Amino acid sequence: MAIKCGVYKTTYEEDEAIWQTRVSKFWIGVLIVALLAFPFVFQGSKYLLHIADTVLISIIAALGLNLLTGFTGQISLGHGAFIGVGAYASGYLMNQFGIPFIGCLVLAGFITAVVGMIFGIPSLRLKGLYLAIATLAAQVILEFIFIRSRGVTGGSQGLLISPASIAGFQFDSEFKFYFLALFFAVLAILIAKNIVRTKPGRAFMAIRDRYISAEIIGVPLFQYKLIAFGISSFFAGVSGSLWAHYIGIITPEHFNVMVSIQYLSMIIIGGLGSIYGTILGTIFIVLLPEILRAISGPLSSSYPILIDIFNALREGIFGLVIILFLVFEPDGLAHRWKMIKNYWKLWPFSY
Amino acid sequence: MVKNRVGDEAILKGEEITLSFGGISALMGVNFSVKKGEVFSIIGPNGAGKSSLYNVINGFYHPQRGRVIFKGQEITHMKPYEIARLGIARSFQNIELFKHMSVLENMMLGRHIHIKYGLFSSMLYFGPGRKEEVIHRKRVEDIIDFLEIEHIRKKQVGTLSYGLQKRVEMARALCLEPEILLLDEPMAGMNLEETEDMCRFIVDVNTEWGMTVLLIEHDMGVVMDMSDRLMVLDFGESIAEGTPEEVQKNEKVATAYLGDSDGVFLGR
Ligand SMILES: Nc1ncnc2c1ncn2[C@@H]1O[C@H](COP(=O)(O)OP(=O)(O)O)[C@@H](O)[C@H]1O
Ligand SMILES: [Mg+2]
Repeated sequence: MAIKCGVYKTTYEEDEAIWQTRVSKFWIGVLIVALLAFPFVFQGSKYLLHIADTVLISIIAALGLNLLTGFTGQISLGHGAFIGVGAYASGYLMNQFGIPFIGCLVLAGFITAVVGMIFGIPSLRLKGLYLAIATLAAQVILEFIFIRSRGVTGGSQGLLISPASIAGFQFDSEFKFYFLALFFAVLAILIAKNIVRTKPGRAFMAIRDRYISAEIIGVPLFQYKLIAFGISSFFAGVSGSLWAHYIGIITPEHFNVMVSIQYLSMIIIGGLGSIYGTILGTIFIVLLPEILRAISGPLSSSYPILIDIFNALREGIFGLVIILFLVFEPDGLAHRWKMIKNYWKLWPFSY
Repeated sequence: MVKNRVGDEAILKGEEITLSFGGISALMGVNFSVKKGEVFSIIGPNGAGKSSLYNVINGFYHPQRGRVIFKGQEITHMKPYEIARLGIARSFQNIELFKHMSVLENMMLGRHIHIKYGLFSSMLYFGPGRKEEVIHRKRVEDIIDFLEIEHIRKKQVGTLSYGLQKRVEMARALCLEPEILLLDEPMAGMNLEETEDMCRFIVDVNTEWGMTVLLIEHDMGVVMDMSDRLMVLDFGESIAEGTPEEVQKNEKVATAYLGDSDGVFLGR
């Protein structure tokens, strides 16, 4: 009998599967069990559940940004505001018209997609830094609208939004919401993964890597850039909708330019053009301030004088960690993970 | 060689194509006519405007004057992606591949215009979308076999030798299943064996697949051997068009090239 060494495939279907080995299927199983067990294990800690919920909601928006920036090469500094569009749209539709949550979520996705595509039009002419500035302008304009159109958004007072509910079941606690967020996060991951390994995803990467070649093989640049903006904003809108119904009250600060920058940090640290990387990067950026707070908390209570310094330092350290990451892991966490995995695949003969 | 594969109808025509960049005239009233099923070569010294003519044909440059007609339809002002969809594919003098992608990924991208499933199927990747992917993957594998690049199908293109990259670029162009294939110096920088392989592929594509091939090439041995007809460009002007024999006898060509010929032109 021949010894199976490495990974063999006998059909193209197998070659195109996401999880190619039995081992990786096993680990996916373990992961699913762990994800479902998590809220039961930590049921007592609202804090931990809140962080988990935040991660899951954020992953959806981060995936959207990575599809646009990491896969298509179109930078956006307006992602925070697009999340806001989804949040306000969803809240307004529910408050005003009593549309059920799922309807609000889907409509919020589509509304945000349209808004994103409109603000994506400059990408026809603009690249790189110029596009960054144009999307920053989108951020500023939308923020202005959030603050000013009080009738819809409640302005800086905020907008009260009822919890998500499906068929009468209310997701009104961190614990309950976890399952809703998990469902949509997993769905978003699968959809993103499918997009990038099929026709539109390949076209996105073609545009990113060499737009001349993309045109020569028949990819209409402008159409696909707009599709990328649309999909990216749809993800942002869905994430915003979930966030709105989770947190219960939203104000314009939830969607300011710092949020846009945080999302860019997530995908850069996780790995541009990597779905797994997006997940790792989101976890990292959501956890980082919490870890810094956890460290600074006990220290400041024993040395009260440090409280002020620590509050200032925390922001600084946040920035520092990101800079260190960019310097030492420019390819992102996903790349590091791949290298570790490759090392073990051939272990102990890893030469 | 039996020439009945070449039809009488002109599949591609250029009429008075005039293109200039600022003060530089790259093309001055170029006329040509390519028949369906032939190998049509374009020769001429560096800077004569050969690559520029390709760029006009496939829509990267729009000429100030003149028309390009493909199968009776004017394509002069169409966009490159529209022209690709109509059935014109090309390779570049300076390879334009997706260097960070594998050979397979490059070639699947070459199938773009033929893949029909929509965004929704792509997101869910089940049923029709999945079936179609597999069909296109099979087509890609056929072309991989044809061009004898099985061993590198999963390699990142940027890591391949120059000669192999040229071959992969032709492979990607073939994935479009075009009616006309434009090749820009496909054998430049290749060793003898690679050149012979490439010649064989071009002949096979032309005779077996019936594809019309436009060829820019400096190796006169190759050109005279393979072409049904050719055109000579000199400083943006077409100074001759005809069969290899006709062109070799042409006086303009003789005066333009024989004088300072070091054996590069008119055979070796
Ligand atoms: N994008 C461009 N901008 C300015 N000049 C160009 C451009 N493309 C080609 N040219 C000029 O047009 C002329 C023909 O170039 P080219 O078509 O590349 O010649 P060939 O392929 O026959 O060597 C050259 O003088 C070249 O400098
Ligand atoms: Mg040239």
